[in-house]
Formats: sequence, structure tokens, C-alpha cells
Amino acid sequence: MIEADDLSWSYGPAQVLQAVSLAAPHGRVLGLIGPNGSGKTTLLRLLHGALDSSTGSVRVDGDRLAALAPRDAARRVAVVVQESGGESTLSVAEMVLLGRGPHLSTFQRAGAGDHAVAAEALARVGMSHLASRAFAGLSGGERQRVLIARALTQQATHLLLDEPTNHLDIRYQHEVLGLVADLAHDLHRTVVVVLHDLNLAARYCDDLVLLGDGGVVAAGPVDDVLVPDLLEPVYGIGIERVRTDDQLHLLFHPRTPTQEDVSA
Amino acid sequence: MHVVDTRAVPSRARDAAPEDVLGLAATRRRTTAWVVGLALGLLATMVAGIGIGAFSVPAGTVAQVVTHHLLGWPGERTWSAPMDAIVWQVRLPRVLLGVLVGAGLAICGVALQAMVRNVLADPYLLGVNSGASSGAAAAILFGVGAGFAEHALQVTAFLGALAASLLVFLVARSAGRVTSVRLLLAGVAVGYALYALTSFLIFASGSAEGARSVMFWLLGSLGLAKWDLPLAVVAVVVLGATALLTLWGRRLDALAVGDETAHTLGVRPERFRLRLLVVVALCVGVVVSAAGSIGFVGLVVPHLARRVVGGAHVRVVVVAALMGAILLVWADVLARTLFAPQEIPIGIITSLVGAPFLLVLIRRLHATTA
Repeated sequence: MIEADDLSWSYGPAQVLQAVSLAAPHGRVLGLIGPNGSGKTTLLRLLHGALDSSTGSVRVDGDRLAALAPRDAARRVAVVVQESGGESTLSVAEMVLLGRGPHLSTFQRAGAGDHAVAAEALARVGMSHLASRAFAGLSGGERQRVLIARALTQQATHLLLDEPTNHLDIRYQHEVLGLVADLAHDLHRTVVVVLHDLNLAARYCDDLVLLGDGGVVAAGPVDDVLVPDLLEPVYGIGIERVRTDDQLHLLFHPRTPTQEDVSA
Repeated sequence: MHVVDTRAVPSRARDAAPEDVLGLAATRRRTTAWVVGLALGLLATMVAGIGIGAFSVPAGTVAQVVTHHLLGWPGERTWSAPMDAIVWQVRLPRVLLGVLVGAGLAICGVALQAMVRNVLADPYLLGVNSGASSGAAAAILFGVGAGFAEHALQVTAFLGALAASLLVFLVARSAGRVTSVRLLLAGVAVGYALYALTSFLIFASGSAEGARSVMFWLLGSLGLAKWDLPLAVVAVVVLGATALLTLWGRRLDALAVGDETAHTLGVRPERFRLRLLVVVALCVGVVVSAAGSIGFVGLVVPHLARRVVGGAHVRVVVVAALMGAILLVWADVLARTLFAPQEIPIGIITSLVGAPFLLVLIRRLHATTA
């Protein structure tokens, strides 16, 4: 359970987020959506403490994140960031094993148990066969899956992902998000994921927070947030909602601003 | 419908030991082989380094002299007193200093390349050597630090190094953070300023002989090695830094990937970088004060180490320390013998060997990544 209360952030004079509050409960996938520059990544960074909000606080299972020791925080919250690490000289296996760091003391080396966790995580993302390859030599999609395996290796109860489907082809977009949704639904993890693709959000998220213009425009179950009346002014595009086989789909069509938009 | 099943453990992971699936067993075997091989190589290098010179000493005698002094065995001296003095008083401290300086420069290179995520970073990035040079120039040309008697040169050089790295810290630090880019730029700026200061000191002294001594010192030499306090200080600092960096291996791995990644793995990048800076500045400061600024070892050796044992820093630090030590002892042997009895600065040797080597590495790097 991650609870954020009254978070704000500004880059210099530009206020990106103001007084944002949200709750991500166990066993559900919370999606953060919004157009470019709406502060999705910034909000995710605030949620795992890479940025410290000048106001408010983040609580993980009731404990203030800022008060946790760094390694303790890393045992509770695993994050897949956008930083690629493309110049790293580590092998894939070593990259995944870094996820065991928060569980090991300075004097400890990774043991058989840690190797087993890492091996299973690699298998889950379908990357076992590349374990001894150089991480930097992988394609963007392969790297992304390795980084997800590293996050799984942390065995944290909370998983945060910043646009995890970047660089992935369609099949792996669905596999990765399916995996992430299973973690939430079967293992009762808390999952927060930043997504660009609203149809992926519709399929794999349980709840959504729609960001726009410095704050939360709408928050709640997917069905309540993915409605054209809420989305169209935020994204500035025509949106049509259709439902097939109990699955929500959004269709997009560019449009020129109408008189209503200008006055709104 | 997901191809990836989150519950079933895949057959490969079940059948093979996890370490084999991860391909780590091979890496471990390779690392062990390299560490054992390099350790033996270092031992042989030290014996050769002590034996080779204007007055050559057979390996057996070298071993006997050393065990005689260390362990009291053999109790009876079967070699001449001058030979004893050459081995024990002159060459052994010199070889030991070479080992320590080479190891120290190599591990600091490893740490800095990880810290600023730039494979062209070297230990002198922090302006440490230019500070030490100014200190040394002040001592040689103007007798600054004469109060420290025979160690005046080392002490003033170390104070100069410390002042320079402190200045670089202060410039690079803003709101409690030190970023890689600011650190690189501050190091370059302070380095140039102190280089100008050193040149000015040489110019102002008007002493050709003094200028020559400063130049010699700038290019590095192990000639000051003796059984004395500076050697002990270098030993403690270099061995301590090696141990610390080995323990910090995983954190270095995380930091080398990126600040944000390090953060998500429980490593606070700013705090860790500050600690690294202190360790590196101290280590390089001590090394440069004892032996002048010897180039290329700290730049090239980390690349070599990564080539043979991969990128994990716990292995890279150990292997780089051994490689740096071996390299520097041989460089010193060349420096002493090439134009004997004239001794040439060791920095000339390391640069002559290091520069083409780096060029080859760059060519290969380009071929594999681009």
C-alpha cells in the first residue's frame, strides 16, 4: 500500500505537480496517465523517494518513506526506471543480481538463494538464454525485460514502473504488463505503472490517475477515468469509447479545436 | 493470455543449478584463475624488480635476503654486505612503493570511472596531481615545508593535493550534491589553474637546476623510496582503499549504471559519491606525494581489468590492483635500466607504453559497440 498526500514538485519556476494525493492499495494495478509533461515520471519519482516533495509525504505500508533506511526502502519498493544503463559493462546475470543488493550486507556475497531468485526472475521475463551476455549488447526491448527481472529480484512488495513498455514490441508489451498484473492480482503486490498507451492502461490497470496541467484531473477505477469527456480536454484529441467482449477500447481521431474547447 | 507463466518455475531453472543458468560459474573460474595467476606474476615481478639493475642480484639471493630480514632464515649471511644493502635498503622499498603506487592508481581509476560513468576518467581528474605538483614545486624551489625536514617534499605535495581536491569538491558541490559533469569541469578548471601556478613558481625561481628537479618530479619517480614513514603511510592508505572499494563493489556497480538506478537499489548516489571522493582523493594524494604524477596507469589498467573479468567491480578492483602493481614495477625497471646509469622519469615509460595501448583499446571498443 502506497499512500501519497499533498505532493508538489517544481523544476525551477515551473510548477509540475501541485498538491497531488493518491493511494495505491495491495493487489491492484494503479496506472498513471496523462500527456507529455503532465508530471507522470515526476510523480513516480516522488513515490519512490528519488525526489523529495517540499510538501506532504509518501507512506509505504503506513511508514513514512523518507524515514526508512535506503536499503530498507529498496526491499519494500522496487522500481523500473527509464535510465537504460546502456554503457554498463555488467553481464545480464550481474545486472539482475544487483536486485539482491538491498538484501545483502556490505560483507555478504550473493549466495545460492540469491542466484535462484535471480534465475527465476530471468526465466519469468523469458531472458534466461541471454544470462551471460553483456547487458549493453542487448536490444532496447531485451534490456527492458532484464530491468524488470532485476526489479522482481528485489522481491519487494511494491513495484513501480516508468513506461515499462517503451522499446517493446506488441507481444512483449502485453507479456510484461500481463506479468505485472499477475504480480498484483495473484501475489497481492502493489503495482504503480506510468503508461502512455491508454488501451494498455484499459486492459491491465485496475485504477487510474489522470494527470494534466499540474494536478490530478481524475482518479478512480479504469471505467470511470477513461471517458472521452475527461480525456479529450487533457489530451486535446477526439476520443471514442467502444466496448467489445467486456473489454474497453479507445479510438482516437485528430481534430481541430472547436468553439467549446476554446471557451473551456 | 500470457506466454510468461508467473507461477511455474521454468524447466531450465529447475534442472540446472541457478548459478549455471546465470553463467556465473564460468566467470568465477575465470576470475580465480586471473587472480591466482596475477598474484604469482606479481611475486615473480617483485623478485625480478629487485634483482634487475646496474648491479644484478640472482633471484635465489633476493629470496634469501628478504627471508633473512623478515623471518631470520637463513640465519647466516652467505652474501656480501653491499648486496644485502642493495636488496634490502634500496631495491625492496622501491619495488614495494612501485607495487603500492601502481595498485593505488589503478583502483582509483576504477572508482572514478564508475563514479563519473566515463571510461576516460583517470585518477588525476580531481586536480590532485596538479595540487601536488604546485606543493612539490614550492618545496623544491622555495624550501616551503622545510620544517618537515627530510619529508618536506612529500608533506607539501600532499598538502597541495589535499587543497586541490578540496577546492574541486567545493566548486563541484551545490546544495549537497556533486554531479559528474560539475566534477569533471571543476577538476579540469582547478587543474589548469594549478598548472599555471606551478609554471609560475618555476619561472619565478629562476633556477635551472630547480626547474629540472621539479620537471623530474612531475613526471614521476620511485627514487624517494626508503623504509620510512611515507612508505608506511602509502601502504596503509592504498591497502585500506583497496579493501574499501572491494567491499563497495556492488554499490559501485549500481552507481555505474546510473544515479536513479543506484537510488532504487538502496544506494544514495550523492552520499556514496562523496565518500568515494574522499577515499580517492586521499589515496591519489598520498600516492602522488610519494612518487609524483605517473600518467596512464590509472586510465589504462581499469580497461584491461574489465576486459579479462567483466564489469562487476568487486572483481575489477582486485584484478586492477594486481595489474597496476605489476605494470608499475616493470615500468620502473625500464626507467632505471634503459639509460643506466641515467634514470629516466617513470611517467615517460608509462605514457609511452600506455598511449598506444589506449589507442588499441579505443579501436576495439569502437569495433564492438558501433
